[in-house]
Amino acid sequence: MMRAARTVLWKDLRIELRTKEALSAAFVFCVLTLVIFNFALDMNSAEARRLGAGFFWVAFSFGGVLALNRSFALEKESGCARALMLAPVDRSAIYLGKFTANVIFMFLIELLVLPLFTVFFDVPTGAAIGRLLLIFALGAVGFSAVGTLFSAVAANTRMRELLLPVLLLPVVIPVLIAAVETTSQALGADVEVAFWFRLLVVYDVVFTTVGVMVFEYILEE
Amino acid sequence: MDTASRRPPILAVLTVIALAVAVWLVFAYAPVEREQGIVQKIFYVHVPLAWNAFLGFLLVFVFSFRYISTRDPRFDQRAYAAAEVGVLFNTLVLVTGPIWAKPIWGIWWTWDARLTLTLVLWLIYVGYLMLRHYVDNPEKRATLSAVVGIVGFIDVPLVYFAIRWWRTQHPKPVIAGGEGSGMDPRMATAFWVSVLAFTLLYAWLYRRRVEVERLRERAGDESVPEGGVA
Repeated sequence: MMRAARTVLWKDLRIELRTKEALSAAFVFCVLTLVIFNFALDMNSAEARRLGAGFFWVAFSFGGVLALNRSFALEKESGCARALMLAPVDRSAIYLGKFTANVIFMFLIELLVLPLFTVFFDVPTGAAIGRLLLIFALGAVGFSAVGTLFSAVAANTRMRELLLPVLLLPVVIPVLIAAVETTSQALGADVEVAFWFRLLVVYDVVFTTVGVMVFEYILEE
Repeated sequence: MDTASRRPPILAVLTVIALAVAVWLVFAYAPVEREQGIVQKIFYVHVPLAWNAFLGFLLVFVFSFRYISTRDPRFDQRAYAAAEVGVLFNTLVLVTGPIWAKPIWGIWWTWDARLTLTLVLWLIYVGYLMLRHYVDNPEKRATLSAVVGIVGFIDVPLVYFAIRWWRTQHPKPVIAGGEGSGMDPRMATAFWVSVLAFTLLYAWLYRRRVEVERLRERAGDESVPEGGVA
């Protein structure tokens, strides 16, 4: 089972390495979101620092959805979804492979946006880098756990990619709140974060488990 | 013809009677609240609607789960009916809430835990209904929406705790008096009859909706979207 999951993971990583489609689109979109925030709100530097964590995660949510969309849209277009269905492996292995690939993509998007975020909002990200990476990882897992599942759901509809944000964003609200709170604490705000880290871990565990369990129903036709 | 439609509409009659009694109790029997005045009457509509909307989403979860384990299309129809009536009630909660809040709190909306949870629930289940609309194959639609029905409901407690904890860390808006604290017994009677009336209304609408789905399945025009080509 692990071997099948790894195969799917490598397949996705290799596709991304060769095309760089999902990551570049998501990255540009994240940057755009940050720029648009800047125009829309015209903040001074103190305000920017206070609200920065929120902007970062909103930008990431939008960009991340773009990348997650590719995850199954590509499978559908290329007919790979059918091949995966025919493959004599456990369906949860396919989920785990896609999920891991998505976690890596989400994490990379966060890493790519971080330097720009630091520059635009003038926040001390360097000092808190360890904590930020932990938050990024937990956030990436939460987004991908539900995102992988819903990406497969959305790819099977007439709306295709348009449906994913509508389905995904309300469900990841707990991740979003927790990520914003922990990030602003890492950047110096006075927030009690023990609860938020626990919530992130619980969310990640719950929805990865749910994903593994229900994914097999989506893949059949 | 369908046997269900020939049955005497007991549920409908009960619903109408209960609603009539509830209206009488609310406006003629229960006293006018001292501080809030006549505006407080909306409480007898708002809260029962909210409870039934939540109940509806629980039903969506139960039926989605049963559909996945049995593959019986009847459970899918029930999940759909429960979601649709649930979203209707949820929408009414979101409409009656601000109408009540404006004169009492002075604001239409506040990001209070319960309000926010209700709004997030609405978004999740509107997404569920949209998804159903965009899948043509009935079996595929049933499976995909069951997955969303399950995931969405599992998410509810997490959303609730997240919002509650988030709320406690932020300054609270001015909230004048909560409900339920030391209610007049006549108010309590009116309230519980109201709850019963709206629960019956939910059950009746739900039953009718399931029947419509069943007829549609029999007519075989399931894949025809509204206003679409046959």
